Amino acid sequence: MTNDSLQTEAQLNADFQARIDAEEKIEPRDWMPQKYRQNLIRQISQHAHSEVIGMQPEGNWITRAPTLHRKAVLLAKVQDECGHGLYLYSAAETLGISREELIQALHSGAAKYASIFNYPSLTWADIGAIGWLVDGAAIVNQVSLQRTSYGPYARGMVRICKEESFHQRQGYHIMMTLMQGSAAQREMAQDAVNRFWWPSLMMFGPHDAESAHSAQSMTWKIKRQSNDELRQKFVDQTVEQAEVIGISLPDPDLKWNEERGHYDFGEIDWKEFNRVINGSGPCNRQRLEHHISAHEEGAWVRDAIAAHEAKKQQRANRAA
Amino acid sequence: MSHHMKLYEVFIRSRRGLDHKHVGSLHAEDAEQAMEYARDLYTRRSEGVSIWIVNSSDIHASQESDCESFYDPLDDKPYRHATHYQLPDKVNNM
Ligand SMILES: [Fe+2]
Ligand SMILES: [Fe+2]
Ligand SMILES: [Fe+2]
Repeated sequence: MTNDSLQTEAQLNADFQARIDAEEKIEPRDWMPQKYRQNLIRQISQHAHSEVIGMQPEGNWITRAPTLHRKAVLLAKVQDECGHGLYLYSAAETLGISREELIQALHSGAAKYASIFNYPSLTWADIGAIGWLVDGAAIVNQVSLQRTSYGPYARGMVRICKEESFHQRQGYHIMMTLMQGSAAQREMAQDAVNRFWWPSLMMFGPHDAESAHSAQSMTWKIKRQSNDELRQKFVDQTVEQAEVIGISLPDPDLKWNEERGHYDFGEIDWKEFNRVINGSGPCNRQRLEHHISAHEEGAWVRDAIAAHEAKKQQRANRAA
Repeated sequence: MSHHMKLYEVFIRSRRGLDHKHVGSLHAEDAEQAMEYARDLYTRRSEGVSIWIVNSSDIHASQESDCESFYDPLDDKPYRHATHYQLPDKVNNM
């Protein structure tokens, strides 16, 4: 590189950071550092894959929902999650990567998705726990991301957050109803919370000190609050929600800390976290296989659309 | 002899971070000229930081008369809204 172009690069970088420091958004056609672009593609596509893979554990209960109303609600929620995936893929594509490349990275294992979706949904109460805790945790994260520095991502988050609140409320409503039911129903609800509580806390990622991308992401304001801050926020808001319906959170160390003004809570099992992230959770293989086979079995639809398009083109050419 | 210049639709982003919004249309010979006209016509008071120009003929619009079949079925799904779920006061800010 010549001295001149080095200087220009430094200047571009400085202008870019100044824009971010001034709380201005970065838009698709702006100059941006290559690493900012890569970092965003990784984060937004991981988020998109999570929305889409997340349809599987919930989709598992659509045909078995206990009432027609609960079934309609679940169907609507899963449809929303699909929409969220589409908003996010589109936002990622504004950074110059194609949908095909993104899907390919998911299928090859190069791209990750939220590890929570590698846990099975064993009972109807799991659908309640997922809505209340998993969507609850996702909302804490997404509310914060409404202020992310990349315009298309931030606007996607605003749209998504508007749709999310019914997701958490319907989940909580399922739990509340079960807790007002028979002993067996209460037990089922408690069992679901026992299994989903810790994986929900893991959704916020490693501790700040151990988080690979955190510091740079904070400087670039891709992330606005740290993993630990967001996790604490989630714990603080969830404790009261649990108390109201008389369900307990499976952590003996969970208690109010007057001095900090927050709840203290126990240490996450990071071995399990790493095991699931790296592919050995209870459902990793099943989730990916299902996505790949759905994609392959859908190939004829894409082929048919292309064939129809070609035929229309031919007809138009003949008429002209 | 009259020569009709093409019609373009103009979209303006008023501030970084916001969506482009449709503000109107204009006639121009090509996109480049349309861009200059749009600047003169729609941003004389710094209404925007970014302009999109789109060929009007490239816009595919739904018909108002299609609305019923397009949107009606969605009116009977109140459960898509947060307010549909009655929760205890203490946690109602969820
Ligand atoms: Fe989500
Ligand atoms: Fe979602
Ligand atoms: Fe959701």
